[in-house]
Amino acid sequence: MIISIASGKGGTGKTTIATSLALSLSNVQLLDCDVEEPNCHIFIRPILESRNPVSIPVPGVNQDKCDGCGRCQEVCAYNAIAVVNKEVLIFSELCHGCGSCTYFCPNDAIEEINKKIGIIETGRKNEIQFAHGKLDIGMMMSPPVIRAVRKHINKKKTVIIDAPPGTSCPVITAINGTDFVILVTEPTPFGLNDLSLAVEVVRKLGIPFGVIINRSDLGNKKTDEYCVRENIPILMRIPFSKKIAEIYSRGDPVVKELPEYREKFQGLYKKIKEIKTG
Amino acid sequence: MKQIVIISGKGGTGKTVITGAFAALAEDKVMVDCDVDAADLHLILDPEIKQSHIFRSGVTAFTHKELCEGCGVCKTVCRFEAVKDDFTIDPVSCEGCAFCSLVCPQNAIQMKTNVSGKWFVSGTRFGPLVHARLGVAEENSGKLVSLVRQKAKEIAESKNYKWVIIDGSPGIGCPVIASITGVDCAVIVIEPTLSGLHDARRVIDVVKYFNVPAKIIINKYDLNHDMTKKIERWSEDNNIQILGKIIFDKAVVESVVEGKTIIEYSNDGVTKALRNIWRLLEEELDRTN
Repeated sequence: MIISIASGKGGTGKTTIATSLALSLSNVQLLDCDVEEPNCHIFIRPILESRNPVSIPVPGVNQDKCDGCGRCQEVCAYNAIAVVNKEVLIFSELCHGCGSCTYFCPNDAIEEINKKIGIIETGRKNEIQFAHGKLDIGMMMSPPVIRAVRKHINKKKTVIIDAPPGTSCPVITAINGTDFVILVTEPTPFGLNDLSLAVEVVRKLGIPFGVIINRSDLGNKKTDEYCVRENIPILMRIPFSKKIAEIYSRGDPVVKELPEYREKFQGLYKKIKEIKTG
Repeated sequence: MKQIVIISGKGGTGKTVITGAFAALAEDKVMVDCDVDAADLHLILDPEIKQSHIFRSGVTAFTHKELCEGCGVCKTVCRFEAVKDDFTIDPVSCEGCAFCSLVCPQNAIQMKTNVSGKWFVSGTRFGPLVHARLGVAEENSGKLVSLVRQKAKEIAESKNYKWVIIDGSPGIGCPVIASITGVDCAVIVIEPTLSGLHDARRVIDVVKYFNVPAKIIINKYDLNHDMTKKIERWSEDNNIQILGKIIFDKAVVESVVEGKTIIEYSNDGVTKALRNIWRLLEEELDRTN
């Protein structure tokens, strides 16, 4: 089973849930798909085994073959190519790497070159198989890096995916096609607003899901009411605790210092399996 | 006119609460919510929408089944795994490159313009707010961010306002880059956690990459004093000014629940710290004219 952990709002506790779950179960793979700001490694401290670049193909123009016809500019949907006075200018930061310009160039003057946009690191910590991606500084597009992390999915294991915050393309890329989504929220107006957006996303993708309410005693009752109204299972509540906040701040795993949480996370997994099997 | 953006790298460090406080403290300003994925600033500014516009951006492929002869060329050229086995398109995976549409020998694939969201110009008790709502599961948040920023800038210029105050989004990718380019100062909100510092360092690298001046606020600094010291030392070593430190106080959550800025809700520690931070930021930016 592939479980992804997402939230509309950032900072609600996705990484805490993902790493705690990984440390409480056996035969687990943890994939950090928050490639803009990956944090799981801070808590898991894996021993890294491989490090590989992620690249996207961008056009490179062979000036000897190019006659400046402008076909490449016509077919580019992203305004990444401009032909000025028969000279081709490439804006590689706008390129999605679709390959259309290369295919349609009548003179075979475009050859794709790989542009590095991030890296993937894999490793392990005891029984946990680990991989994460890191988007390079100044790069805009995280989805290709997220897709590269997801290539490592090992279906023989329980796969836990830590997704980025938000409701747009990076989140979709991280959670699409997973078997269950845990939406982590906090019971504040910000948390609830962003939860309701995240629920729309997950419903649109048609993935079964449930909610974890973190810092459940701060804020108000509206998140509970919302979940009841929308018939969404509340999988777990974690009350605010200065102790947990302090353990988190040091980058230590919560389940190591508060072993009672290990059972709670095992219970969470059981609950998800029950929901999945109906 | 000066533009200030509030960002953090990591989510949930207090960007929107601090933006709301600046909205209450600054004079002659326009607010912009650039977290178009999960916008929250409106929840404490209570906007009255004056203009509502549809945001159209990008295209998505659509297969006309009655024209399709099933040759499958579309599927071989698509690099986004968006063409399904029956040669219809998965709109979520489609990145709108139009390659499939261009190669289709039957002209069976049409590119349709996306309605990707809405954007609004509103009035609030603190002045104008430009905000947006990206459609769920849509792309091009960077373009929408650039659009709301441009609109806010126009309003500020036409009214001769002093400030554009921008609430940013978490992360370091496309919407963040669109929200920081060309601003006068990026205020980085850091919480004293190992992940907070890790993420702030990455976003500060991005800010430097685009030559934007950065300043730091440490929020909830009393949750870990050692980590706060570490952040202070790091800031000093990297020559980045700390504007101030804010304590952890449940009053912040209470103010949000009441739909108020912390400035309106309380006169205690957090508000005092934010008043000093704003005064210092204003002085610093006035000096660098």
